[in-house]
Amino acid sequence: MTINRADPLVLGIETSCDETGIGIVRGTTLLSNTIASSMDEHARYGGVVPEIAARAHLDELVPAINAAVAEAGIRLSDLDAIAVTCGPGLSGALMVGVGAAKALAVALDKPIYAVNHLVGHVGADLLQGELRHGDTNTGDTAPLEYPTIALLVSGGHTSLLLVRDLVSDVELLGETIDDAAGEAFDKVARLLSLPYPGGPQIDRVALGGNPKAIRFPRGLSQPKDMAVHRYDFSFSGLKTSVARFVEQRQDAGEPVPIGDVAASFREAVVDILLTKALAACADYGVPRLLLGGGVIANKRLREVATQRTDAAGIVLRIPPLSLCTDNGAMIAALGAQLIMAGHEPSTLQFGADSTLPVGQIQV
Amino acid sequence: MLLAIDTSAGTSVAVVDLARGVIAERGEADTMRHAEIVGPFILECLQEAHVAPADLSGVVGGMGPGPFTGLRVGIASARVFALGAGTPLVPVISHDAIAYGHYRRGHSGPLVVVTDARRREIYWSAYSQADAVGLPVRVGQPGLAKPADLDDEGWLHAGWPRLDAATVSAGELGLVAELSYAHGRPFAANEPLYLRSPDVTLSNGPKRVSR
Ligand SMILES: [Zn+2]
Repeated sequence: MTINRADPLVLGIETSCDETGIGIVRGTTLLSNTIASSMDEHARYGGVVPEIAARAHLDELVPAINAAVAEAGIRLSDLDAIAVTCGPGLSGALMVGVGAAKALAVALDKPIYAVNHLVGHVGADLLQGELRHGDTNTGDTAPLEYPTIALLVSGGHTSLLLVRDLVSDVELLGETIDDAAGEAFDKVARLLSLPYPGGPQIDRVALGGNPKAIRFPRGLSQPKDMAVHRYDFSFSGLKTSVARFVEQRQDAGEPVPIGDVAASFREAVVDILLTKALAACADYGVPRLLLGGGVIANKRLREVATQRTDAAGIVLRIPPLSLCTDNGAMIAALGAQLIMAGHEPSTLQFGADSTLPVGQIQV
Repeated sequence: MLLAIDTSAGTSVAVVDLARGVIAERGEADTMRHAEIVGPFILECLQEAHVAPADLSGVVGGMGPGPFTGLRVGIASARVFALGAGTPLVPVISHDAIAYGHYRRGHSGPLVVVTDARRREIYWSAYSQADAVGLPVRVGQPGLAKPADLDDEGWLHAGWPRLDAATVSAGELGLVAELSYAHGRPFAANEPLYLRSPDVTLSNGPKRVSR
C-alpha cells in the first residue's frame, strides 16, 4: 500500500463525546466538516449522558459519512487514508468510531491513522479553504508556527499544551484536576436555573451583570498551589463558591443577582484560564497562543484573550468556531499532517483509550 | 459470498457462502476487546477467503440482543464496511445464529436461547423448531428478563429446552443470512436490539453546599 504523501485526501472520524464528526481534507484544505450533535438529547439531563451519546454515534455515522463525501465531491475510493480519534474521551463513544474506522479502512484497503483528540484540536488551526468561515483572527492564512502554547477548553477537557511540533512533540503542561471548564458552566447554569448547555446561557444573562460585583476564587492560583499545579486548573471550588453565594441570598430572602453572579463567575473562569495560559507563554518564551474547544465560543473568553495577548505581544490564533468544537475535520487534518511528515499508519490492533495521554499523538 | 460480523457477546467475524458454508472464521470470547480485534478479524477472514470487499454480495451484521458497548462496535463496523464496499447491509438477529447452530447440530423441537445481559439480567428468544431449510422459527421475540422470570411456571415458554450461550458464531450468523436470502425470508430491522433504555440519572437539581 503506497500512500500519497504530498497532498493526501483524508477522512477523519470523531466520536469522543457528543458530536459525530466526519471531516474530509486534502492536505491542509478543508473539503467537508460534517457534524451531527446529540446535544439536544442530553439537555434534559443537564450534561452529556455517555450511553445516549454512543447510541447517537451509531445512528449518525453512515448518514454523516455520506453527507461529508457528497459535500467534498469525492468518492470513498478516492481517499488516501482514514483517521480516527482513539482517545481521550468517553470510551463507549470512542469505540463506535474506532470500530467503524477500521471497517472502512479494510473495506477500502486504505491505511488508518489512530490519533489523539486533543492534538486534533491544535491541528484544526492548519486548515484552509472556503469552508473555514467565521474566523475571529485576521492572520489566519499564515501557517501555524511552532512552538505554540495551546489552551483547549470544552465540556470534556481543559488542557494547556506546549506544542513544539504537531506530529512529533506535544507536551501536556497542565489540565483540570476536577471539572472541565465547560462542565463548570453547565453546573453554574443549573444553580441559576438556566438550561443546558450552560455556556451560552451564562453569556446571555451575564450581559446585564457586573463582572466585578462578586470576587469568586481563582482555582489553584495561591502560591502553595502554584508550586505543584502551576498550569493545572480547578473549577470545583469556584462552583461551590457560587452555590454558597446563591444559597446565602436565598436564605436571607434576598433576590439572587443572576446577572452579576453569571458575569462574575464567567470572569473568574476566563481570568484563570488566560492567566495560566499567558504564564506558560512567558515561562517558555513562546509568543504564540492557540485556543481550541467548544468553550472558545464564549465571547468574553475571546475578548479577554485578545486584550491580554495584544498587551503581552503574543500572537493569538483562534480557529473558526466550527473547527473549535469537536469535529472530524481536525482529526483528518492531523492525519494528513502525520502522512505528510512521513509517519507510518497505525496497525489495526489499537483500541479506544479514554485517558490517552496528550504526548501520544498517534497510536 | 457474505462477510458476517457479530459482537453481541464476544467478537466473531466470518466469510460464508451458501454453497461452500463457512469459508473463514475468527472468534474471541473476551467481551472487553471488541474495538481492538474486529478490524484485524475482518482483514484476516477476507485474506483467508481470498475475497475482495467489492466481490462480497453483502455484509451481515448481528443486531443483538447484546450489551450495548460491545454490540455497537460490530454494528458500526458492519454498517460502515458495507458502505465502504458498496454492498448491502444484511441485519440478522444474533440469537437466530445461536439457534440455527444448535438445530444444525441435531437439536429438534422447541428451544429457548439465553445470553447474558449483565446486571443480573438475561436476553432470551424462543424457537418452535427448525424449518425445512434449517432456519430456526422464532416464536418469542428477543426479550430481556430476570433469570427467575424464565423459571416461572406461568412463563409462556416454561419448560422448553434451554440453551445458554456465551458466544455467537458469525459463520452461523452468515449462514442464516444466506439461507434467508435463498428462500426469500425477511431479514431483521437495521436497528440494534438494546432492549434497555440508556442509563441516566435524572438530576434532582443542585445539592446544597452550605449548612
Ligand atoms: Zn474536544
